[in-house]
Amino acid sequence: MNLRLYLWQRGTAALLAPLILIHLAVIFYATRQGLTAADILSRTRGSIAWALFYGAFVAAAAIHAAIGLRNILAEWGGLGGRTLAFCAVGFGLALALLGLRAVAAVVLP
Amino acid sequence: MNAYLSAHRASILWFAAMAHRLSGIGLAAFLPLHFLALGLALRGEAALEGFLRWSDMGVVKLAESGLVFLLVVHLLGGLRLLLVENFSWRSGQSKLAAGAAALAGLVAFLFLIRVL
Amino acid sequence: MAGTAHREPARPDLAVSIWRGDAGGAYADYRVPQRANQTVLDIVTFVQREIDPGLSYRFSCRVGMCGSCAMTVNGRPRWTCRTHVSKVAKNGRLTIGPLANLPVIKDLATDMAPFFQKWQAAKGVFSPSKTRHDAIEPIKPSSPERVAADAGVECINCGVCYAACDTVAWNADYLGPAALNRAWTLVNDVRDTGGKERLRAVSAAGGCHACHTHQSCQQHCPATLNPTASIAGLKRATVQAWLKGEIEP
Repeated sequence: MNLRLYLWQRGTAALLAPLILIHLAVIFYATRQGLTAADILSRTRGSIAWALFYGAFVAAAAIHAAIGLRNILAEWGGLGGRTLAFCAVGFGLALALLGLRAVAAVVLP
Repeated sequence: MNAYLSAHRASILWFAAMAHRLSGIGLAAFLPLHFLALGLALRGEAALEGFLRWSDMGVVKLAESGLVFLLVVHLLGGLRLLLVENFSWRSGQSKLAAGAAALAGLVAFLFLIRVL
Repeated sequence: MAGTAHREPARPDLAVSIWRGDAGGAYADYRVPQRANQTVLDIVTFVQREIDPGLSYRFSCRVGMCGSCAMTVNGRPRWTCRTHVSKVAKNGRLTIGPLANLPVIKDLATDMAPFFQKWQAAKGVFSPSKTRHDAIEPIKPSSPERVAADAGVECINCGVCYAACDTVAWNADYLGPAALNRAWTLVNDVRDTGGKERLRAVSAAGGCHACHTHQSCQQHCPATLNPTASIAGLKRATVQAWLKGEIEP
């Protein structure tokens, strides 16, 4: 990892820390009497706040996970060069796309 | 690889770093499934509801509490790194790491009690 | 016990396994008589002098200053001249191998060249700001920079941290704890002029940001230095230099 990747990795980590705390609180709140789709969607549909919250969460997590995976593939998988970049960027993009699709699924009215 | 080296890892801080990495792998593997499941709402509330009722199985709830455990482990492991890297050095890190592991276990256990 | 005839109690021989050959070698077994206050280096020396003169190993000062006798003892890297057998032998057994993460030349002697090449790559060389014609610069020992430099300056280059580090094992480019600790002491040396270049060198792939804070270096450093803290210092210094626009990400 060089300084650029480090800044992204630790920057997204610092952003994710409070987001995860809120997410954990929501997990406990949402399971207070069983998780239902109606309960979840009534909270999220049409909410700009939740769209921004989960959108930022997905973007930060995608970058963070891609760089983490890159380290692991380099150190434990022996990957390097283009293969490594392709795998890390590919995973990050896939995660971002799937994540934003999921955010759209729960917030679009 | 390390034919002559084996006992050098017997330290709680080494295990803290390893737990951080392994929990990260676990979360990275889970996230696409999490997103796909939520994406079911694109096909309407019923599709998501169907999935949630499937997830009422005890074994799924057990797995979910495992994921909560991984999330808290990774959060606290990350905070450990941010503290060590950005603030002045402090002693007693082993106790903090053990406490963090216990806290992660406790949160996951509370989640399991709540959903079972 | 001055003045009294000192007779050691009879002890069973130690069962010692020592690595023989290069990377493709194997452990060979020896029986070595136990003595009081015996160090691991004493064991190796006994084997070479009394059993097999072909055994290769390195040592010099025997008092923990030169850093040349580090080996792997019962699975963890140690300075052998300051390691008592009574402290590390398990059930009368000792397994002694060469340092990990370095090419084995023969038996217990490793090729330290990569270790010192990385020292150079981390710009671990002092760049003076004065010439011999200038007056000696007074440095206050209590200044924060000097305190930070002093904390890491007693490194004896033994390679124990390098052998103990899993990031070194997993990442061939990683400069390692000793080289980065050296860079950190120089970053804090107000007489040095190579700061920006050094921060650039430790910001490249394999630099300080590759460290995963396993803290094995800190656990194993025989001089009780804390290279993990030095590397954390470099991480902060590089981020600050980036924020000030002094180095590129």
